[in-house]
Amino acid sequence: MASINLHGNSYEVDEDGFLQEPDKWTEDVAKAMAEMEGITDLNETHWKVMNYLRDYFKQNGIAPMVRKLTKDTGVNLKEMYELFPQGPANSACKWAGLPKPTGCV
Amino acid sequence: MASDTPLLDELEKGPWPSFVKEIKRSAGKSPKAKDLLGVVEQSYKDKITHWKHGGIVGVTGYGGGVIGRYTDIPEKFPNAEQMHTIRVNHPSGWFYTTKALRTVCDIWEKHGSGLTNMHGSTGDIILLGTDTDQLQPAFNTLTENGFDLGGSGSALRTPSGCVGPARCEWACIDSPHLIYDLTQTFQDELHRPRWPYKFKIKASACPNDCVAAIARADFTIIGTWRDSIRIDQAAVKEYASKGLDIENLIVARCPGQALEYDAKAQKLSVKPQDCLRCMHCISKMTKAIRPGKETGATILIGGKAPILRGAFLSWVLVPFIKVEPPYTEIKELLEKIWDWWDEHGRNRERIAETIGRLGLKDFLKAVDLKPIPQMVYHPRSNPFVFF
Repeated sequence: MASINLHGNSYEVDEDGFLQEPDKWTEDVAKAMAEMEGITDLNETHWKVMNYLRDYFKQNGIAPMVRKLTKDTGVNLKEMYELFPQGPANSACKWAGLPKPTGCV
Repeated sequence: MASDTPLLDELEKGPWPSFVKEIKRSAGKSPKAKDLLGVVEQSYKDKITHWKHGGIVGVTGYGGGVIGRYTDIPEKFPNAEQMHTIRVNHPSGWFYTTKALRTVCDIWEKHGSGLTNMHGSTGDIILLGTDTDQLQPAFNTLTENGFDLGGSGSALRTPSGCVGPARCEWACIDSPHLIYDLTQTFQDELHRPRWPYKFKIKASACPNDCVAAIARADFTIIGTWRDSIRIDQAAVKEYASKGLDIENLIVARCPGQALEYDAKAQKLSVKPQDCLRCMHCISKMTKAIRPGKETGATILIGGKAPILRGAFLSWVLVPFIKVEPPYTEIKELLEKIWDWWDEHGRNRERIAETIGRLGLKDFLKAVDLKPIPQMVYHPRSNPFVFF
């Protein structure tokens, strides 16, 4: 199992870089993950999307569908890919500390 | 020395081209291919897969196109630890120049295992087995050479079609051009998953349906015609004189009973209004019978595999539509379908299931189509009609 190190703390991640213990998520974790994908400063909209994902996951136990995400955050898909290079599932959910999307991807 | 792969070695015997031989040939050049053999041999022994669940990898800007895969025995086969698959969109009809294929091979030998599927069942060129850090470089080189990724995930998947008029005299539509055009038009839908689930488009240029569009696509386009089949009586005579049993093999097997044969005059005639355009007579007497001149396509919807609510063949949505560039009508219909499905579809619900759950009536209203008899095989047999 791989891990990322941050300020002396170690976080377990799977091969794809998804956090294995979602409870340990902090904003610094998100920043570190974003940096690995080349995004160095997270803006307000980044946080809006990630906070929405975290809240939705907390309430429903699953990640929202893409349409729901774009509708509720007001961030359309094009902007979403500008903010999160590999899109809502690969990047946004990962940075927000949600479990890895599954199924026929 | 005993072989490392005794079980797989058995599959080098026999007349059919052996995939084991192919992988072994690659194994000389590629450590990934070598370790893949090891993983597969282990699976043959244990009778279970040795790939882990899931895997999410990709390239910048796209939400799909790459299928991540990791082995669960990386300690034994470290080179196969990461075995991601890249889907590369194929040219319509799978026509290649050797130059194009050499380009793909060169790229893949450099950035991956050198192993491929030609092709995945949706149609893509499948590049089998590479590491995460090679994905972006492989993608960059592919696009520099004019190739793009195919689809994966809850998105429009790579559309595909039969060879059509490129080399088939029955083609009623230009399926390769239509597929190319739709692929280009809907690049965004293909690369950036946004729907409840996957959506596939396939086009066959006649009802023989050589890409199995009716079974393997949510949106099925099948070429047809609306005038009469064309019969060349001289050619019919020639078939008869060569001993073809036209009466029993052609006329008696016509499902619409649309054919009549005058054995004395060796003359075949058709009642166009009874013809179901099943292709049987055309397929049997290729030199004598042709599809009509007024061609177009039937559009069907809903084909899918069993999960979750049973397998579906696509059913008729539009009995006849003209198919001419820029294909505006088809594109508008697709967009209406996607709008409705995206709004109402549940997570991981194929279009057929959404229609099944909410009813054909609502669906037809949403996509501006009128219910017509051709849409059903028979009317409902229960009286629970909603007004």
